[in-house]
Amino acid sequence: MNEFQTILTETIQRLLSDHVSRDLIIASEQGEWAQGLWDALEENGLTKVLVSEAGGGVGAQWSDAALLIKAAGEHGAPVPFGETIVAAWLLDQAGLPVPEGAITLLEGNRLSLTGEGDSLTLDGQVDGVPWARFSKHGVAVVPDADGKMQLCCISLEGVDLTPAMNIAREGRDNLTFSGVPVVASADYNPATVGFTLRHWGALIRSLQMGGALNRLLAQSVAYANERTQFGKPIGKFQAIQQQLSVLATQAAAAGVAANYAAQAVEKGNVSHEIAVAKVRADEAANIATSIAHQVHGAIGFTYEHTLHFATRRLWSWRAEYGAGCEWAAELGTQVLQNKPEALWPLVTQK
Amino acid sequence: MQSFRFDLCELPKETESLRQEVRAFLAEELKDVPLTTRAQTWMSFDGEFSKKVGAKGWIGLTWPKKYGGHERTAFDRYVVLEEMLAAGAPVGAHWIADRQSGPLLLKFGTEEQRQTFLEPVTKGESYFCIGMSEPDSGSDLAATRTRAVKTDGGWIVNGTKLWTSGAQHAHVMIALFRTELNPDNRHGGLTQFLVDLKTPGINIRPITDLYGSQHFNEVVFEDVFVPDNRLVGTEGGGWAQVTAELSYERSGPERYLSSYLLLVELIRELQAQNKPGAEEEIGRLFAHMITLRQMSLSVAGMLEAGENPTLEASVVKDLGAVFEQDMPVIAHKLAGTPPSLSGGSDYQQVLGVLTQIAPSFSLRGGTKEILRGIIARGLGLR
Ligand SMILES: Cc1cc2nc3c(=O)[nH]c(=O)nc-3n(C[C@H](O)[C@H](O)[C@H](O)COP(=O)(O)OP(=O)(O)OC[C@H]3O[C@@H](n4cnc5c(N)ncnc54)[C@H](O)[C@@H]3O)c2cc1C
Repeated sequence: MNEFQTILTETIQRLLSDHVSRDLIIASEQGEWAQGLWDALEENGLTKVLVSEAGGGVGAQWSDAALLIKAAGEHGAPVPFGETIVAAWLLDQAGLPVPEGAITLLEGNRLSLTGEGDSLTLDGQVDGVPWARFSKHGVAVVPDADGKMQLCCISLEGVDLTPAMNIAREGRDNLTFSGVPVVASADYNPATVGFTLRHWGALIRSLQMGGALNRLLAQSVAYANERTQFGKPIGKFQAIQQQLSVLATQAAAAGVAANYAAQAVEKGNVSHEIAVAKVRADEAANIATSIAHQVHGAIGFTYEHTLHFATRRLWSWRAEYGAGCEWAAELGTQVLQNKPEALWPLVTQK
Repeated sequence: MQSFRFDLCELPKETESLRQEVRAFLAEELKDVPLTTRAQTWMSFDGEFSKKVGAKGWIGLTWPKKYGGHERTAFDRYVVLEEMLAAGAPVGAHWIADRQSGPLLLKFGTEEQRQTFLEPVTKGESYFCIGMSEPDSGSDLAATRTRAVKTDGGWIVNGTKLWTSGAQHAHVMIALFRTELNPDNRHGGLTQFLVDLKTPGINIRPITDLYGSQHFNEVVFEDVFVPDNRLVGTEGGGWAQVTAELSYERSGPERYLSSYLLLVELIRELQAQNKPGAEEEIGRLFAHMITLRQMSLSVAGMLEAGENPTLEASVVKDLGAVFEQDMPVIAHKLAGTPPSLSGGSDYQQVLGVLTQIAPSFSLRGGTKEILRGIIARGLGLR
């Protein structure tokens, strides 16, 4: 970690610890918007971490942004922080202005554009849009009349919205667009061609999952040292120790895979890394959530206890922007299409 | 709670030409090596092959030139290792000295010991084995009973080492002996020695494993004289030294690549069967491999930086051993083709080897349970 990253880590950890309390998450689950948290993130310039300095941002790197998104996942911050970071990055890269306020991702293939130049309008439907209800704008990648992919910035004001939630009670709203004017658009950045919003969404979720897995580990270890049965902390039982070690190795693997993907994006050299990260995070989540709940016993099954803030997020996120099984099938198809001897060069190409 | 550090570590671009050189060398050298030998890679012993690798300058890559080394980076070494493993090169003869005995001597050995022992290793002419385990001392290494008792100018050794890989071919054993009996301090009183395996009184008996090969041995010591100048490091300091040595032993790419050849043959088999539905599982294995490689590289980077990645190495070895151990089961589930000992397709033969040797992956180098215990200690649970 370089000096900037150390400062960034301190800043985000302090900010999230101050704001993301149990009460805040509960209020959010009941429908409230975490305005104070959001303002703090924006005021510190963190939502524009990847926006160039010329564009009014921090001009930092993807490995820096990864720290922030991971931390947000660790704390369960109930705001579209990762989404806004990525949306702002895409807009800035395409030379478009970055609006204030939360920006969400409109990911899906049921959108279409009409018109041309400055008078494009958007039609179609997107389901499960993260926090659309509290987002001022959305970003979409849609083919224009000529089939060229356009990065579009869309104002969500007045858009037809049906509220929905994932099982972590995070906003995942269904939107219908009919003739909604596009605020700004540009050719979708050729450096990232082939990479859809689904990829960027999967990267965000993989990083968040890395953070949430660290939280699960820390919480489970702390609980195992606290909870006494048979006259000693349950963490002294070898059965518990072995389980927690497995949790730790899974969290470590998911974290490495997510960081590696972020680094590949930073180097402009990304191919299969995002898929790898999502597959690994999904598998880690499956194993880690079941261990964490087992170690916590009945108390971890209550709404009162905070364990589920991480586990319900992991159960949601593992399936968003492509479940592990879907990304794995993509990877496997690629491997199986080539000669067996081509696998090793693929593994070692970077 | 201690947190794990897995800083990403990129292989420098300069390693690429070395990689191509190693690939070309292996393509030529492995032409006639049977697939069943290659499937055992670092458990396969071939002195002639090791000499050729030595002549290439690929043993002791990072060691000082004055001891026959090549003063190259840990990344160069990493590239050589992973290429050898992926190709199934029979690297067993020089593997242990290159991986752990050499680094151990560089860290704790005397100048004379380094001068004497390292150069022949780099030439692929001298082989080492590890004498840690005993009949009553497996996971519980501190229970080591083989005694070294002080005598004039040296030590007299009595006892038995067990499961010693390659002892029947090796020239030297780095052995852990008990030099002092102190029931209150089990970890004290242990000392490492360089033992010339030709010394009178040493009796080496190969043990046939379930696969049918003679890989490990029983080594019995009867009044064996080991001179003073063959004591490694400090008398009584063996425990700390062995712990350092195990870090080297547990951190390499061999801890997740042992089944790599099976994956290659499995892909070939699935393609031949033209059987749909394997994509997801193959993709999952690929994701694991990419991740394990990054974790393993990260540990190599820490070693290069002079840090102590004991905990991280345990994490990688545990994840890696589970991965390579699962491979024959996954292959079986996907393809269904029976394994074979002789005859049958390449796939069937490689499956035959790996199905049988896979149980050892989570035993050798420290069992799964012991590694998880180390991780639990790192987590502050013990
Ligand atoms: C192929 C192969 C090559 C080897 N090569 C070498 C070599 O070159 N040199 C060498 O010195 N040794 C070698 N070994 C030995 C290896 O290091 C030991 O097998 C290993 O340390 C375990 O010891 P053990 O076999 O006596 O099993 P044990 O220690 O008896 O363990 C049996 C089972 O009990 C479990 N167990 C033991 N203690 C605990 C505990 N405290 N908590 C929970 N579970 C526990 C173990 O995890 C294991 O599952 C080799 C082994 C194999 C299989």
